[in-house]
Amino acid sequence: MRRRSFIGAALALAAGLWLAAPQAEADDRFIIVQSTTSTANSGLLDAILPAFTEKTGIEVRVVAVGTGQAIKNATNGDGDVLLVHAKPAEEKFVAEGWGVERFDVMYNDFVVVGPAADPAGVAGSSDVVGAMARIAEAGAPFASRGDDSGTHKAELRLWKDAGVDVAAASGGWYRETGSGMGATLNAGVGMGAYVLTDRATWISFGNKGDFGVVVEGDPRLFNQYGVILVNPEKHAAVKAADGQAFIDWLTGPEGQKAIAEFKIEGQQLFFPNAAPKPAGQS
Amino acid sequence: MQNFADPFSLAFRLILSGDAELLTIVLLSLRVSLTAVFIAALIGMPLGAALAVGRFAGREAAIVLVNALMGLPPVVVGLCVYLLLSNAGPLGVLQLLYTPTAMIIAQVVLVTPIIAALSRQVVEDLNGEYAEQLRSLGVSRAASVPTLLWDGRFSLMTALLAGFGRAIAEVGAVIIVGGNINHVTRVMTTTIALETSKGNLALALALGIILVTIAICVNAAVGMLRGGARQVVHA
Repeated sequence: MRRRSFIGAALALAAGLWLAAPQAEADDRFIIVQSTTSTANSGLLDAILPAFTEKTGIEVRVVAVGTGQAIKNATNGDGDVLLVHAKPAEEKFVAEGWGVERFDVMYNDFVVVGPAADPAGVAGSSDVVGAMARIAEAGAPFASRGDDSGTHKAELRLWKDAGVDVAAASGGWYRETGSGMGATLNAGVGMGAYVLTDRATWISFGNKGDFGVVVEGDPRLFNQYGVILVNPEKHAAVKAADGQAFIDWLTGPEGQKAIAEFKIEGQQLFFPNAAPKPAGQS
Repeated sequence: MQNFADPFSLAFRLILSGDAELLTIVLLSLRVSLTAVFIAALIGMPLGAALAVGRFAGREAAIVLVNALMGLPPVVVGLCVYLLLSNAGPLGVLQLLYTPTAMIIAQVVLVTPIIAALSRQVVEDLNGEYAEQLRSLGVSRAASVPTLLWDGRFSLMTALLAGFGRAIAEVGAVIIVGGNINHVTRVMTTTIALETSKGNLALALALGIILVTIAICVNAAVGMLRGGARQVVHA
């Protein structure tokens, strides 16, 4: 009897907790979107997705990782829709047959943030390549994502344009965190290092310290987001119809309006630029 | 973040507010980790006992292996479970990736070696004490396992708590196989990682304080359960 009540109490506790937690219903209608930290952490998706779910009854489950990992996960078929920001990699994803078609969704821009002391003297510049060359010349610390994300790819392009070999400086002034945008910003603020970041993550970031935007406004800092349906011919589990419904909504007037209306501290973070649909197509 | 007082008052306010979102996350954390510990105990305890009383070739090697697996890196376990459950993997058809079930599987892998290794030690010590007596009563090695486990139940509680501590605290595995999806697979540790990456350090630390508080409550509950049961036994 003792033994039974003892085990019974433990079982009842476990069962109670199991039942108390919300269960994922098997017949829930949902899609999985592989996306990047900038769209999720800035709060954009939380802000715009409820309207889509309300209209269509399709719940959108967002997995927010770096663009490189998001594309890999989608290649494995672990997602229905890809929403990322690295156009060459996205086009390769479609060309190789993993995705159906790529659509422009929105853009924002990258900025370089740095400490108020500005050791490389680049504050106020709108020439990002020149500024990065000066950072390298001064040997001022620079924190890189180093994780094959969209932001990391953009950063490597800029170093190439500046003629700087960052691989040689790795571990010195050039520090690769191998982490997400927020973790890299935390590290940069902690060690007084310049960081290339998308503006949305920066504006919504809560641990800015004495850091501010030092370089902005260069056309080379343009940051385009695209959306792609994962190819159901490659992975039968892809929910093609519901995924396409989401893409149509996101690139259509309602989704585009919702993106434009999303603001943090009065600032618009993303600018919709999907191509208008030809007449006769929904 | 100015000082360490802010997160404490924030944690206190969060608990008092009874925030529904926070409650969902806490309950999912408990559900995933307690289930994982329960399953891991079903596997780990008999396994540990078998290693303790069994006499077979390779026993020493098996003990070293189980002890070493206590140090399994959560990220590696997460990656392995991801590769298994991915749509491109062998178990993709089960459609378990990015569900609480996937998180439970990963935690079972992490926790089972801990429970097995600690159970082996407990049972081996007891076996040293009672082996002769049990043999003289004609109880075989295999048949003595339930008796030894039952006799060591209070010590085995510590093994369970060690397993629970590992499960509730790890983030590396659940963030890979769960995906940290809001309202579906977001637990305490992945929320803390998320808030840290957003730079909301005070909130992240406040959530950490709540997580530690929960761990204390669970340990205290088990302690009381154990104390109560002991009194009954000795009464």
